[in-house]
Amino acid sequence: MTKPLEDFTWQEIELGGILREPGSARDYKVGDWKSQHPVWTKSHCIRCGICWTVCPEGAIIEEEGGYFDVNLDYCKGCGICARECVTGCISMVTEEE
Amino acid sequence: MAKRVGIEVSLAVSHAVQLARAEAIAAYPITPQTHIVEHLSSLVANGDLEAEFINVESEHSAISACIGTSAAGARTYTATSSQGLALMHEILFIASAMRFPIVMAVANRALSGPLSIWNDHSDIMGARDIGWIQVFVENGQEAFDHSIMAFKIAEHRRVLLPMIVNLDGFILSHVVEALEFADQDTVDRFLPSYSPWHHLDPKKPVTMGAFGMPEIFAEFKMKHQVTLMNSYDQIMKVWQEWGQLTGRDYHPVEHYKTEGAKVLLLTMGCLSEVAEIAVDELRSAGESVGLLKLRLWRPFPFAALREAINGAELVIVCDRALSVGGVGGPVLAEVRSVLYPMASRPKVLGYIIGLGGRDVPPEAFKEIFSQAQAEAEQEPSEEFYMYGVRG
Repeated sequence: MTKPLEDFTWQEIELGGILREPGSARDYKVGDWKSQHPVWTKSHCIRCGICWTVCPEGAIIEEEGGYFDVNLDYCKGCGICARECVTGCISMVTEEE
Repeated sequence: MAKRVGIEVSLAVSHAVQLARAEAIAAYPITPQTHIVEHLSSLVANGDLEAEFINVESEHSAISACIGTSAAGARTYTATSSQGLALMHEILFIASAMRFPIVMAVANRALSGPLSIWNDHSDIMGARDIGWIQVFVENGQEAFDHSIMAFKIAEHRRVLLPMIVNLDGFILSHVVEALEFADQDTVDRFLPSYSPWHHLDPKKPVTMGAFGMPEIFAEFKMKHQVTLMNSYDQIMKVWQEWGQLTGRDYHPVEHYKTEGAKVLLLTMGCLSEVAEIAVDELRSAGESVGLLKLRLWRPFPFAALREAINGAELVIVCDRALSVGGVGGPVLAEVRSVLYPMASRPKVLGYIIGLGGRDVPPEAFKEIFSQAQAEAEQEPSEEFYMYGVRG
């Protein structure tokens, strides 16, 4: 995005609202929607990658050594990863103010 | 050379679309629009029109497929009516917001219920605010002409909006009329092939139909509003060009014997031809009456309508749709609203006529003319009048 949305005038809107910049959805940080986030207990993780597979936002990232963590900019806190984790090593922690 | 043929109006519309070299058609049959797309389907199947005809399972899919083919850069056509238009509803707004110059015929028919297949304007009035250009035609020649002109208007770089040609179901769509066909050379010169401004291209990928955040939504709508209003100039240019080619001139508000008229009837669609007969007879009887025919519905021709009033004291708006529980007919509401800011404005009374295929003979307009004059002399007894309803 070249400038914040609130700075665009109606004259500057592209015809039909088309977006020419690829991957511009990355600019929409949906991470602040969440009320909880996943935390891994690495000692119980078997590195199976189920959490990575089921995350609907693609917010889970593989780290060195094959363990997993979350990109908090895009995690919406849905908890699917914790629900599906084979060993139960992911717990959802409530966000604090 | 133009040739004169006797043909059912629906088929004439199909041939207009053929002459316009539509490249993609997606449609679902619904009475009384069926003959238009049925004939187009034959033309494509017989190799007389080089186009992709997409058979779909509903009107929702038809208009969605049209967005797809238009996004791919094809000159796109569809037609529908009544419940079919209603089923398209949510997608109609998207087509105009995405600025795809789809052309659609709507063979106007009542919306159920009770179940009705007959003509009135309640279908299109339910889709009044979809952001498309909309015209009404009153005879077969106009249906033919406007079906060709619509592509040239819609596809212009400064317009790029979809357009609806409204023709009354059955009483216009199914009559056989003598009309003048344009030849292919003339249409080809008038209407070059579609060269899209924005289309899907793997070499230049873009996102179409992205969401509009609250910070940008109103600006998006403002652009749509300004573009639709500005399309007026291009509509006038295209109509003038066609007029020079064919000798048939079209105006946003058509006048019939309005010179010095104190009372003006206002109609849309093919009832205008019936109203003309009534005006002829009333004029012969010495009455000061004329007829305004509203051709261009969107963008609304504000200035042309105000100018057309030209000192008249009473305007009688005849609507073929009822806003149940509202101010009467949609045309009444808009005409009254447009005339209200005038320093010297006429009285505006509204009559609802011809609902669900009820026949409207010239006598009806004569009776409305005398009733309205009596009502206008006093405080009107109703907000609007349901003409000819028993009980």
